[in-house]
Amino acid sequence: MKKILIIGATSEIAEATARLWAAQGHRLALRGRDGERLRAIAVDLGIRGAGAVDTAPLDVNDFDAHADAIDAACRALDGIDIALIAHGTLGDQKACERDFRRALRELDTNAISVISLLTHLGNRFEAQRHGTIAVIGSVAGDRGRQSNYVYGAAKGAVAIFLQGLRNRLHAAGVQVLTIKPGFVDTRLTRSFAKGPLWVGPGRIAADIVSAIDGKADVVYTPFWWRYAMLAIRAIPERLFKTLRL
Amino acid sequence: MELCGWGRYPRIDAQVSYPRSAAQCARSMGGAGSVVARGLGRSYGDSSLGPRVLDLRGLDHFLGFDQATGVLTCAGGVSLGDILRVFVPRGWFLPVTPGTRFVTVGGAIASDVHGKNHHVDGSFTDHVSGIELLLGNGERVAVSPTEAPELFHATCGGMGLTGVILSASLRLKPIRSGGIVETTIRAPDLDAVLAAFDDNAGASYSVAWIDCLARGRHLGRSLLMLGEHAADGPLAAPSATPWPVPFDLPAGLLNRATASAFNALFYGKALRERRTRRIPFARFFCPLDALADWNRLYGRPGFVQYQFVLPAAAGVAGLREVLGRIAASGRGSFLAVLKVFGPANAHHLSFPLAGYTLALDFKVEPEVLRLLDQLDRIVADHGGRLYLTKDARMSEATFKAGYPRWQEFESVRARYHAIGRFASTQSRRLGLQ
Repeated sequence: MKKILIIGATSEIAEATARLWAAQGHRLALRGRDGERLRAIAVDLGIRGAGAVDTAPLDVNDFDAHADAIDAACRALDGIDIALIAHGTLGDQKACERDFRRALRELDTNAISVISLLTHLGNRFEAQRHGTIAVIGSVAGDRGRQSNYVYGAAKGAVAIFLQGLRNRLHAAGVQVLTIKPGFVDTRLTRSFAKGPLWVGPGRIAADIVSAIDGKADVVYTPFWWRYAMLAIRAIPERLFKTLRL
Repeated sequence: MELCGWGRYPRIDAQVSYPRSAAQCARSMGGAGSVVARGLGRSYGDSSLGPRVLDLRGLDHFLGFDQATGVLTCAGGVSLGDILRVFVPRGWFLPVTPGTRFVTVGGAIASDVHGKNHHVDGSFTDHVSGIELLLGNGERVAVSPTEAPELFHATCGGMGLTGVILSASLRLKPIRSGGIVETTIRAPDLDAVLAAFDDNAGASYSVAWIDCLARGRHLGRSLLMLGEHAADGPLAAPSATPWPVPFDLPAGLLNRATASAFNALFYGKALRERRTRRIPFARFFCPLDALADWNRLYGRPGFVQYQFVLPAAAGVAGLREVLGRIAASGRGSFLAVLKVFGPANAHHLSFPLAGYTLALDFKVEPEVLRLLDQLDRIVADHGGRLYLTKDARMSEATFKAGYPRWQEFESVRARYHAIGRFASTQSRRLGLQ
């Protein structure tokens, strides 16, 4: 039985992942902005088999609350084996181009808050010398495109931060996992036209659980995105800048 | 966005909202005009279609489970597949399992779905002890056979036209194994299969696959499948992911020749008169779930499913008349399913009644729609009716003749603020307010 902290636990990918962990009987601490929804999720996970479920509201953009929130979760679970950071917003790129305050808010939510949480978690995991820190990034962080480069910049920043953290925590035996989903059909993307590359949150969740079990460093999910992004990164910038992506 | 039912006919343009809580449901219903609730979209025709649709798949939480009694309370968007995945390993099973596990609890109640055990256990809502309903005026009410019973009877089988099913409590049944002991009996004609149903009235589950293209002395040639929960063995839930059908097949591929060959093979597969084997429950209850998107087999134009029930009194003669007409038209389907129903329940629009039900697929084309109109008359003449959940085309007159309690249904809707708030493309076609 593992002790698992999930931040951004009301996100659909996080909830789908929590269901898989609940079925395995693990103990969960859920953090997110909507306390009422967290409680509903907790009841559901309990019925699905979770060993115990603790909930408390957390606004990730309140950076000063991070240290206490992680301490409290650690007390509630009596230690942490896995921390999954899953919160995020898919901001309006056009609005960010018009108004830097919007861009700053996106960067705060998707990058700075994650870096703050990782600073606290990194120190704790380095000291305890075991466990897994997993963060949901995005294929959008692999290369900047005109359609969502503010979001992409945030996810890219987190990915590079995680590379460094992984390098640092390797000696302590801590797994640092960067999760890079492709197109996922969630409420963030409900209004998009869907092609065959879209998958449900359940598919992403299954890949997250097996990547953690398999001690992976970076997981593209579904797997074909690894090759798609390899190809996209290989396009010379001189050509890439002319594309409408 | 473009939306359709499982038969992919008709297709309409709808404005869809995705509430994740009861409060968001109420907000999505705000403003003038009507909405229709939709779950996994497995009703075949236009029952879950309308200009404004509430997609309730986000209401998918379990709310409570009583280990002692097996009563599960869950939100309306929870799928039957999810219930099976969580509860089969703990020794509990759905009281009624329809032909697919990819339906929501809300949809199963709104359609009052039935399964292969109708003759002994009734339909899905016979095992529902309570429902929380969001009414058209935003009020949330608890309904059950004892609380607001008339609203309960209108809601069960009421096609979502009384309100949004936020949550429900249902009684699961204990099992000792995830396996089903299946016995297949070969019946050379209609009389033989009906006699076999009679002889096996004590079986927990029974259904027949009927070859609709067989004519003359072979008319009604069938395989009757009986099932019992195995007494021991692993409590395994389905794990295999369905095989995808990645594109629409050419519309002409399912034709008389291929359907005939399929049915001959299927019938020929049962080499002996009677065969017993043990199979996983999913294969017994939901064989088509093994193929994701099997509705694409009929190509882009889509298909209609035609399911009717004839009262026992009309019996063999009525069934023979319908089968004869279909066989003569040469437009039979791969899958024709025959089942003997037990008695009807007290719900206003619930489909099953004591008698024989037959379900068939047809590719959508003008000759088929004409044939179905003829079948409607035969069904009506024998006092039968059509299943609303499968319907995409029946007339208002056919509906009102088949469901004589429709006025009672409407008066309950009027009393509970549903008129003008809940409507589907189907309900408008059928002349409901």
